[in-house]
Amino acid sequence: MTTQEIAVGGYSKGFSQTHRTDRWWIGPLLTFLGFSSFIVYSTWAALQGNHYFYGSYLSPFYSPLLFVDPSVTGGASLEHAWFGGWPSWWPSFVPASPAFLVLAFPGAFRFTCYYYRKAYYRAFAFTPPGCAVTALPQKNYKGETFLLLFQNLHRYALYFALFFIIILFSDAVQAFFRDGKLGIGVGSIVLLLNATFLSCYTLGCHSFRHLVGGKLDCFSCDATSSTRYGLWKRVTLLNENHMLFAWISLFWVGFSDVYVRLVSMGIWHDLSTWGN
Amino acid sequence: MAKRQFKIWRGNKNGGEFANYQTEIEPGMVVLDAIHSIQAESAGDLAVRWNCKAGKCGSCSMEINGKPRLSCMTRMNSLPANETVTLQPLKTFPVIKDLVTDVSWNYRQKEKIQPLKPKPRDADGNYRMMQEDVDRIQEFRKCIECFLCQDVCHVLRDQDQANNFVGPRFMIYLASLEMHPLDTADRIPTIRKEFGSGLCNITRCCTEVCPEHINITDNGIIPLKERVVDRFYDPVMWVKRKFFGV
Ligand code: SF4
Ligand code: SF4
Ligand code: FES
Ligand code: FES
Repeated sequence: MTTQEIAVGGYSKGFSQTHRTDRWWIGPLLTFLGFSSFIVYSTWAALQGNHYFYGSYLSPFYSPLLFVDPSVTGGASLEHAWFGGWPSWWPSFVPASPAFLVLAFPGAFRFTCYYYRKAYYRAFAFTPPGCAVTALPQKNYKGETFLLLFQNLHRYALYFALFFIIILFSDAVQAFFRDGKLGIGVGSIVLLLNATFLSCYTLGCHSFRHLVGGKLDCFSCDATSSTRYGLWKRVTLLNENHMLFAWISLFWVGFSDVYVRLVSMGIWHDLSTWGN
Repeated sequence: MAKRQFKIWRGNKNGGEFANYQTEIEPGMVVLDAIHSIQAESAGDLAVRWNCKAGKCGSCSMEINGKPRLSCMTRMNSLPANETVTLQPLKTFPVIKDLVTDVSWNYRQKEKIQPLKPKPRDADGNYRMMQEDVDRIQEFRKCIECFLCQDVCHVLRDQDQANNFVGPRFMIYLASLEMHPLDTADRIPTIRKEFGSGLCNITRCCTEVCPEHINITDNGIIPLKERVVDRFYDPVMWVKRKFFGV
């Protein structure tokens, strides 16, 4: 009748021990592959410094365009830059790519996002790799209290991210104009969707939900709190789908860069009313 | 109707072993029914705790095929038909006997939490609250104290932090007090320090196992973490409080 002798409760000690019989590792594996591919692609794309512009389409990895080197192929012309030509003080060991100036902000926003934290703590740090699957042993577990204390500043990354929504929508609007002529191309739709998905992700942020109204204990006490309650309810709708928008917007921002890049390289042809 | 195989951990705090059983499964049976059949047929001394058999008392928590679940709410036909069903006591709490654990640590956590401190009554002697103000905390009141979330939380389960973290069940209890429109107590400093909000890394296993489908992380713990940020980590809020008193 008896089988093997194990510790109290039948639990063996050690990393990733579990009696789960389902394929619990698929989730973290997909997360690992998804994030790794994005990191590899976005770093590669940022290092290129070229083919980020076509017609009036600007790759979101390169927006806002603070400085421009007009000599690169597939780059923007000088009048698109906020501050003009490439600065002479730029250190030579850092690749001269406009993407490096901006990727840090969306990167910090996603890195400190409550959803992404869950995803990479599970898939990369294995604390824990899955529910009821033994976490990687740590001598003195500190959670988010010690080295990870900076996660508490997520709301500051949010402020930048809100600013980025405005910039990306303005890029999307510009993608409907070429040489002053209103029109539409597949690229215009790609960039509009990019700004939209990014807004759905950003406006569903947990910190945003707290700041707009979640911090109140009483929603009905005065006129301002009722307005904030209305906002909080809307943000809550997006917040309930935060993970979904995190993935869609991540995929789409990468795809938008791929689209602009391939069109600019002449590999893909952009269907548009401008006819070129 | 088919015979199903079971592997049930038998023992006490000093040790034990898995024992194999089998029993006939009728349509509609839940795991707790199967345990009762085994008790009746072949293991009269098998210990299991239960009360309501309706998913409302929170007594019958155990680990079924490695997942923390209520045995009275887990249908036999929801488990893969060709597999032996593994039943274990909750991992996080000390075993008393077989499938029964001692969950009294949880009661001690609750005692540490400052209860509701309501503001004075209105002039007519009543308390008034609007529905929209209590919707949030009503979600937390669905809790049946099954402690499945406490069991699965890796901070308590694997990291040995029972002295520093109250666990998800009490995080939502704290949230229900902190968000209460009538409450006047301030628990934010204790939430950060004694109750250890920073030890939760929001990996959401508590939410995944909750049989009442309470959104423990998104609606309870994260809002509390944000309140802790307001008080302790946001430099702008700190300046505002210090110099402008708001
Ligand atoms: S989200 Fe936090 S409280 Fe819930 S199981 Fe994970 S670490 Fe524990
Ligand atoms: S929060 Fe859910 S899982 Fe935790 S004790 Fe309450 S009902 Fe059980
Ligand atoms: S919580 Fe995900 S963006 Fe803020
Ligand atoms: S017996 Fe009451 S919840 Fe299962």
